[in-house]
Amino acid sequence: MTALNPAAHSIPEEEELIPKKKAGKAVEGGVAVRQKSVWATVIAAIIAIMWTIPTFGLLVTSFRPQIDVLRSGWWTVWQDPQFTLENYQEALFGGTTNLSTYFVNSFIITIPAVIIPISIACLAAYGFAWVNFKLAGVLFVAVFALQIVPIQVTLIPLLKLFVSAGLAGTFWPIWIAHSIFALPLAIYLLHNFMSELPKELFEAARVDGAGHLTIFFRILLPLMLPAIAAFAIFQFLWVWNDLLVGLTFGASPEVAPLTVRIAELSGTRGSAWHLLSAGAFISMVVPLIVFISMQRYFVRGLLAGSVKG
Amino acid sequence: MSTAEKFLQMFAALGLFAVTFAILLFAVSKVRGRNSERAFAIGFIGPTAVMLTVGLIYPAILTVIGSFKNAKGTAWVGLDNYVELFTTTEYQRVLVNTGIWVLLVPVAATAIGLLYAVLVDRTRTESFSKALVFLPMAISMVGAGIIWKFVYEFKPTQLPQIGLANQLLKWFGLDTYQFLITDPWNTFFLIVVMVWIQAGFAMTVLSASIKAIPDDIIEAAKLDGVSAMQMFRKITVPSIRPGIIVVVTTIAIGTLKVFDVVRTMTGGQFKTSVVANEFYNQSFRYDNNGLGGALAVLLFILVVPIIVYNITQLRKAAN
Repeated sequence: MTALNPAAHSIPEEEELIPKKKAGKAVEGGVAVRQKSVWATVIAAIIAIMWTIPTFGLLVTSFRPQIDVLRSGWWTVWQDPQFTLENYQEALFGGTTNLSTYFVNSFIITIPAVIIPISIACLAAYGFAWVNFKLAGVLFVAVFALQIVPIQVTLIPLLKLFVSAGLAGTFWPIWIAHSIFALPLAIYLLHNFMSELPKELFEAARVDGAGHLTIFFRILLPLMLPAIAAFAIFQFLWVWNDLLVGLTFGASPEVAPLTVRIAELSGTRGSAWHLLSAGAFISMVVPLIVFISMQRYFVRGLLAGSVKG
Repeated sequence: MSTAEKFLQMFAALGLFAVTFAILLFAVSKVRGRNSERAFAIGFIGPTAVMLTVGLIYPAILTVIGSFKNAKGTAWVGLDNYVELFTTTEYQRVLVNTGIWVLLVPVAATAIGLLYAVLVDRTRTESFSKALVFLPMAISMVGAGIIWKFVYEFKPTQLPQIGLANQLLKWFGLDTYQFLITDPWNTFFLIVVMVWIQAGFAMTVLSASIKAIPDDIIEAAKLDGVSAMQMFRKITVPSIRPGIIVVVTTIAIGTLKVFDVVRTMTGGQFKTSVVANEFYNQSFRYDNNGLGGALAVLLFILVVPIIVYNITQLRKAAN
C-alpha cells in the first residue's frame, strides 16, 4: 500500500468511496440507471462462495480428528461427521507447537507497533501542516518520497544496529522497526486529512492565544479521530499479518510472532494438516474479527492508503 | 518471560514512550520569543526526522554500499554481486520468475476485480459478496499460503485425496499432479494464490470508482441504446481509468516484494524463488550481505519504473 499516487486527484472523495446501500437506485422519474439483475446476483454469489471454498476447506479440516484429516478429503465430512477441538488444544498448548505463547507475542508486538507510529505521525503531520519553519516543504516531500523505499533495503544494517545496541532478542527491535516503516505512509495520510480541515479553525485559535500544544490536543486530535481509527486498523492488520519484520528482528521464540511460528511449522511439519489448519486459524481469528467488525473503517483505510496515498 | 512479564514490558515501553514525549513537548512549549516556532518544529518533527534518518535512510545507504562488497563486507568487489545476479543460471531464473509474477498478478487480479466489481454493482447481495471476495486480503499471506498448500496437497492417484485441486482432477478422470513441485507450472500455481488475495483489493477500489461514475452519463448512454459490452468498454473503463492505474501499480509493487507466499508454500525450492525470497535467504540464512544487499537494491530499482508509469499514466488521465 505504499504506492505513490500524487496525481490521483480524479478519484472521488473518500466518503463517496464507501458504497452506500442506496446508491444505484432508480433515479426519480427517470429510467432505472443501475438495474439490479437476478442473474448477476446469482453469479456474483457463486463466485463469492467459490472464492471462499479454500478457506472453508481448511476451517472444516481444523475441526476434524487427525486420523480423518489424513485419510479423507474435507468435502467427504458429511458422510461421517466427526468434529473435535483437539487440534486447537494441541496447536495452542502442545509442547511441539505451543502457539498460545506466540499468540501473546503477536499482541505484545502489535499494540505498541500501532500506538507509537500513529502518535509520532500525528505530531509530525501537525508540524508539517501548521508549524512555521523554513524546511517544512522540503522535509515533507522527503518523507513522502521515502514511501517507495522497500523495507528490505534497510533490514541488514538495522539488525546490526539493534545487535550493537544490545536490544537483540527483545521486543524493542520489532516495535521500533514497525514504527519506522509505518511513518512515511502514516504521516502522508494524516497530513492529507489535516490539510483538508478549515484553516479558520487554527487561525481563530491562534488569535485567541492558544499555543501549538493546545491546538493540537484540544482541537486537532478530536477532529482527527476517524483518520486515526482508519489508519490504526490498517496498521494493526499489517503488523499482525507481517512475516518479514518478525522473522528478521524476532528470531528468538521468546518474542517471535504467530506468523513466524506458523511459517516455520509449514516447513518442518508440512504434512501435519490437523495442526497446520488449526494453527492457521488461530493466526487468522484476530484479523477476521477486526475485519468483520470494522470492515467499513478498514475499507476506508485501504482506499485512503492506495487511492489517495 | 512469562505472559505477565511480557505485558509488563509492553506497558513499561508504552509508558516510557509517553513520558519521553510529554517531557519533549513540555520542554519545547517553554521556549519563548523568536525561537519558539523553531522549537515546536523540532518537537513535532524531530522524532520523525531522527527515526527516518537512523532507521531508513542510513541503513539504505549502508545496504547500497554493502552491495559492492563481499559476503562478509570486508573487501570491495565492484559490481561482482550484480554481475552474479544477472549471469548465473540460478539467479536468472529468480529474475524471470519475479518478472512473471509482476506481470501476471496485477493484470489478472485487476481484471478479475474489475469484472467482479461491475457484476456486483448489479446485485442485491452486494455487501455479502464483496466481503467474501475481500476476505483473503484481511488474513496474513502465511495463512493464505497454508490454505492453498492444502488445496494443492498431493497424493498418488489411486489413494483418496485430501487436496481439493487433485480431487477435482480425479473427478475429471485425470491423474493427480504435483502442483507445487512440477516446474515451470508451479510458479503459476503460486501466482494463483496472490491473485486470489489481491483481487479483493482491486474489486474494492474499482467498485468504489464505479459507484462514483455520475448517473447522468450512464443514463445518457442507456438512452442512446448502447449494449452492456459497449457500456463497459466505452463508459465504465474510461471513467475509472485512474482507479485502474492505481490498482495495477499498487499490486505490482506489492507483488515485487512478495515473500511470504513463496516462503510458506515452497520455500523457494523447485525453481519457484523470487527476488524478495532470495534476498531473505542470502541476507539471513547464508549471511551473504553482499549478494543480499544487491538483491535489496534490485528491488528498490525495480520499484522505480512502476512508480514512473503510475505518475505518467495518471498525469495523462488527468488531462
